[in-house]
Amino acid sequence: MTNPTPILQAKQVSKFFGGLTALDKVDFEVYPGEVVALLGDNGAGKSTLIKCVSGVYRPEHGEIFFNDQNITHHSPASIRDLGIETIYQDLALAENLDVGGNVFLGKEKKRNFLGLLRVLDDDFMRSEAAQVLERLDIHIPSLKQKLVNLSGGQRQAVAIARALYWNAKLLIMDEPTAALGVPEQRKVLALVRSLREHNIPVIIISHTMQDVLEVADRMVVMRRGRVVANLPRSQADAEILVKHIVGAAEVA
Amino acid sequence: MSDITAPPRPANAPARFHWRRIIRGQEVGIFLVLVGMILFFSLSTDRFLTSINLTNIMLNFSWTAIAAFGMTMVIISAGIDLSVGSVMALAGIATAMLLARDNSPFAGPDGSVPDAVIPLAVLAGLAVGALCGLVNGLLITLARLPPFIATLGMLQIARGIVYGWSQGWPVQNLPGNFMVLGRQNIPVGSFNFPLPTVIMLVVGIIAWIFLTRTAWGYRIFAVGGNEQAARLSGISVMRTKLMIYTISGLLGGAGGVLLTARLGVAAPTAAQGYELDVIAAVVVGGTSLSGGEGSILGTLIGAAIMGVLRTGLNLIGVEAYWLPSAQGIIIIGAITLDQWFRRRQGKSAGFARLFSRGGR
Repeated sequence: MTNPTPILQAKQVSKFFGGLTALDKVDFEVYPGEVVALLGDNGAGKSTLIKCVSGVYRPEHGEIFFNDQNITHHSPASIRDLGIETIYQDLALAENLDVGGNVFLGKEKKRNFLGLLRVLDDDFMRSEAAQVLERLDIHIPSLKQKLVNLSGGQRQAVAIARALYWNAKLLIMDEPTAALGVPEQRKVLALVRSLREHNIPVIIISHTMQDVLEVADRMVVMRRGRVVANLPRSQADAEILVKHIVGAAEVA
Repeated sequence: MSDITAPPRPANAPARFHWRRIIRGQEVGIFLVLVGMILFFSLSTDRFLTSINLTNIMLNFSWTAIAAFGMTMVIISAGIDLSVGSVMALAGIATAMLLARDNSPFAGPDGSVPDAVIPLAVLAGLAVGALCGLVNGLLITLARLPPFIATLGMLQIARGIVYGWSQGWPVQNLPGNFMVLGRQNIPVGSFNFPLPTVIMLVVGIIAWIFLTRTAWGYRIFAVGGNEQAARLSGISVMRTKLMIYTISGLLGGAGGVLLTARLGVAAPTAAQGYELDVIAAVVVGGTSLSGGEGSILGTLIGAAIMGVLRTGLNLIGVEAYWLPSAQGIIIIGAITLDQWFRRRQGKSAGFARLFSRGGR
């Protein structure tokens, strides 16, 4: 690691739902420019951890720092403003709107009309969306298309483009390849790689071992609310990871 | 490398003016239904295509259309407002109570109400409507009631206030200058436009600009398309919904005030069941009940279809008793046709394509 200071650091984070311990004193770091895979069985606490980072949940114990700023009690909106963008499994896009509209969702660009009315600047939003898509080398036939007419991979690309447009400094992707066909999975992974080239760290949650081994620099395995393994790629293979995920490694 | 789809096309084509930006493909189907109905009635009776009859038709769907513009926004947001008929009646009663000869708190010694009270009374009617809508919005956002339940409750509550307040009697003896609002005609050439129709068109244009050209309107579509996505994008879903229901109440109130001005009396039974006429106009107009899609122009056409049907059937000698059945058939028929057109358009083939040239 060229830079030893983590961009994101979660310290001793715990989260309870009633009597259930979803996160148990979790330590988790992300360093600049790396792709970190978060692995674990269903209910291991991956999504809970991510939601604590993105502000959707507030942890009961522990603290989360982003660029040395304590963000433990920030709202989702202010965490987004700081540059942590999350792409949720269902992508959180409005399928009835077009590409530009989705990139600018909630932060619509307006212009003056006849000096008295603030109207939407569709052309600006579309051309900006076109530029960011171009930067990522993504081609979408028409930006006027409603998202409902785009494929799963194209939608994933729109979600990534949106995060990038708003200057994401850390991108969190929850199961980015889950709903995609094989060729589209390849393309999304290529996008993740190109994010790393842009020096944007990525946290990627995935069940697909193959994906993870292909793109991640570091693998963090969670089990029953705890981090049970933290391996650089050089030390990880599918067999070791599966052992940690199912808990066989602890027994052995 | 990450070439996600095949033929790349210049993404940022120069913005040209497309008719489709105003008349979207989805309005084509119901517009043809309207034209077909007008043709049918014109050929069936020579009393249909007269300027008096056309004036009458326009007048009769004006309040429905005004309320339906608000309902359009509600339904685009994937909600519903069942209270609109009762809110119309309540706004009408509120206005009439302030204006009724002898009974108004502003009545002079001779019982007459000064004209200066009229704008105040109209504003009071609008405010009552907006307030009902705001309460609907609060019940939906803060109390987290489904819109159907919250507005069903408001339907009953507002109607109860109307009966209790008026003690079941119609409020009448309103000043002549108030009734002008509902009875004045604005001549354009040889054609007389009723004032409520002119007001309806102005409200429609404002609603159309608001819905399609402003960020607020855009957020209504976003909330209706994917509420969760809207929330995660930092859109205040609560504020958006409060706004939507308040607008619906306000426009319902405006319809109620105009109806009262037209009739010259605020009856406690006024506008009973109008919510269904209003919803029918919106739905016939192509707005999807599942949210995220719809247009003001479509609603205007939808309201016009219902208005033409009512008067047209009357003129060709169909007994009024049968009218509801005909309305039901039109609602089902128009929506069937609309869906057929949309499916065709989805394949970007056939007729609708003619109207969407270059706009894809």
